[in-house]
Amino acid sequence: MTGINIVTGTVAPLDQANIDTDQIIPKQFLTGITRTGYGVNLFHDWRYQNGDKDQVDPDFSLNQPEYKGASILLTRENFGCGSSREHAPWALADFGFNCIIANSFADIFYGNSINNQLLVLTLPNVELDQLFAKVANNPKVVITVTLTAQSVKCEELEFLFDIASHHKTNLLKGLDAIGQTLEHDAQITQFEETRRSWL
Amino acid sequence: MTSTTPSTLYEKVLNAHIVEDLGEDLLLYIDRHLIHEVTTPQAFAGLAEKGRSVRRPDLTFGTMDHSISTRSLALDACGPQNALQLNTLAANCAQHNIQLYPVGHKNQGIVHVIGPQLGLIHPGMTVVCGDSHTATHGAFGALAFGIGTSQVEHVLASQTLKQSRGKSMLINVNGKLGLGVTAKDIILAIIGKIGHAGATGHVIEYAGQAIRDLSMEQRMTVCNMSIEAGAKAGLIAPDDKTIEYIRGREFAPSEAHWDDAVRYWKSLYTDQDAQFDSVVELDAADIEPQVTWGTNPGQVVGIKQHVPQPNSYSDAVVKESANKALKYMGLEAGQAISDISISHVFIGSCTNSRIEDLRAAAKIAALGKVAKGVTAIVVPGSVQVKEQAETEQLDVIFKQSGFEWRLPGCSMCLGMNDDILQPGDRCASTSNRNFEGRQGRGGRTHLVSPEMAAAAAITGKFTDVRTMGEH
Repeated sequence: MTGINIVTGTVAPLDQANIDTDQIIPKQFLTGITRTGYGVNLFHDWRYQNGDKDQVDPDFSLNQPEYKGASILLTRENFGCGSSREHAPWALADFGFNCIIANSFADIFYGNSINNQLLVLTLPNVELDQLFAKVANNPKVVITVTLTAQSVKCEELEFLFDIASHHKTNLLKGLDAIGQTLEHDAQITQFEETRRSWL
Repeated sequence: MTSTTPSTLYEKVLNAHIVEDLGEDLLLYIDRHLIHEVTTPQAFAGLAEKGRSVRRPDLTFGTMDHSISTRSLALDACGPQNALQLNTLAANCAQHNIQLYPVGHKNQGIVHVIGPQLGLIHPGMTVVCGDSHTATHGAFGALAFGIGTSQVEHVLASQTLKQSRGKSMLINVNGKLGLGVTAKDIILAIIGKIGHAGATGHVIEYAGQAIRDLSMEQRMTVCNMSIEAGAKAGLIAPDDKTIEYIRGREFAPSEAHWDDAVRYWKSLYTDQDAQFDSVVELDAADIEPQVTWGTNPGQVVGIKQHVPQPNSYSDAVVKESANKALKYMGLEAGQAISDISISHVFIGSCTNSRIEDLRAAAKIAALGKVAKGVTAIVVPGSVQVKEQAETEQLDVIFKQSGFEWRLPGCSMCLGMNDDILQPGDRCASTSNRNFEGRQGRGGRTHLVSPEMAAAAAITGKFTDVRTMGEH
């Protein structure tokens, strides 16, 4: 995987808290055996009416032409709560999002996103309010997220965000996490020798 | 001589598994890895791409549960895509020498039901699975949590995971539960109190008399829904009940090691004076049978309450969520919970499909017949649960009452098979999530205990189980 540092693009707003993984990618689309192809079913039950892909819901923001091609998703608290399905970040990435800006994320979803080079970052609601206002005012407004600087810029606005340094490194370098761990093989073997006898 | 710092149970288990301290992250050893068909095919494919092997197939156990039929043992009963996923799991387990309990095997069942049932889960273990309800196993004083598919691949390859230290939360449920009030009501009341994301970033320890009084299966119900409070894991210190539950099971420590194991397990408790990042207190006597009214598990009230008025919330986000939930659920603010009629009942899931759950539900089912217009299904959590229930003739009680008696699996908890609600259907469900569309697009889910689900089946609406029969 290659690293990710700067994401520049337009924004799709989803001004709602507690968006769970059943909304992001409903269960009937979890029967795949690959990591790709989930984007068409992203937010399936909200994008399409009556479960029919020919009946696109014009009120849902991702369906509105002005947000087409957005690479940043702007949302609120507890995004990605619910199941551990990694199909959720796969679907978001497959649809075209590289970055999600929210007030907070559910733990498992956050880790899954980092593992898939999806730049997930949090901002306080008072700053999110200003970004939502920018997008409402001009749907084609561009946001630039720079991971090294931990900054989000939108016209005259600039906000800084926190991120744990190991998550930052993983995103920037796009390292093979398993390969890194396997370099600790000797320590793992040593640990195994000390495990309790009944395990 | 330095004195030891008092530790929480979580810290004790965590610290015992540190292969290496990497600074912000810890490299943790994983004692048990449970796998199923939905979240593993991409992980095995990832191993193959890199030419990696499974480090400890002997610590890895698989079953088929999520996408299987509850009417037929045929793997293709729910279509070719489900069959492909199930066959892929079988092929991957065969290739890597992983013990699989496929459909038709006596040990098959919902992954979080069979793990404890087989004695695979011991106090002090680290347990992971590509499923968010892995917290269930915390009932044994194990550190158990759900992981994504990339992490499944990581564990398969290395038997380790990188994890940060979580914050700790102590939840004390003090005093005694009232009659007709269950473990499910405890956890729903906790989520109602702290909120759907109230424990994000935390590992919960459940304690207090009401928790100690619970059986092991009931403790599993409580720990199971830790994720619905946002927690990474939830655990309960082991005691004599834990030890007795494990004794004699297929994967319990052998006789030669039993005493050593028990001695170690007895050291697994939170030291007096250990510090938690937060503490929550509940009085068990205040908890009524719970019913969710909204579209997240924190939107819950007691059976004698009414659907809340969104305007009563001062927080704008909570108010907006409530408005949206009422619209989706087709409910009116102020409506009595006991006036809500249902069309479906689902008794099952990793939360409430164990033998004690089925016994409790059967006791209520025996009081009458499933109401006209209501479809009610019972899905045992495993083959062993099903067989035990049949030995006790619980299946006969359910069937005579008008319930359908099905084959084990996750079933309508998430509807990856054909057990789904249609738009507008309203279900009293013993499962764990009431998200929009969870049990089928447009379906409306109310989370309840097995007793309350059975009561709703018979009366056709939510009914206080305490007013029925011997209660």
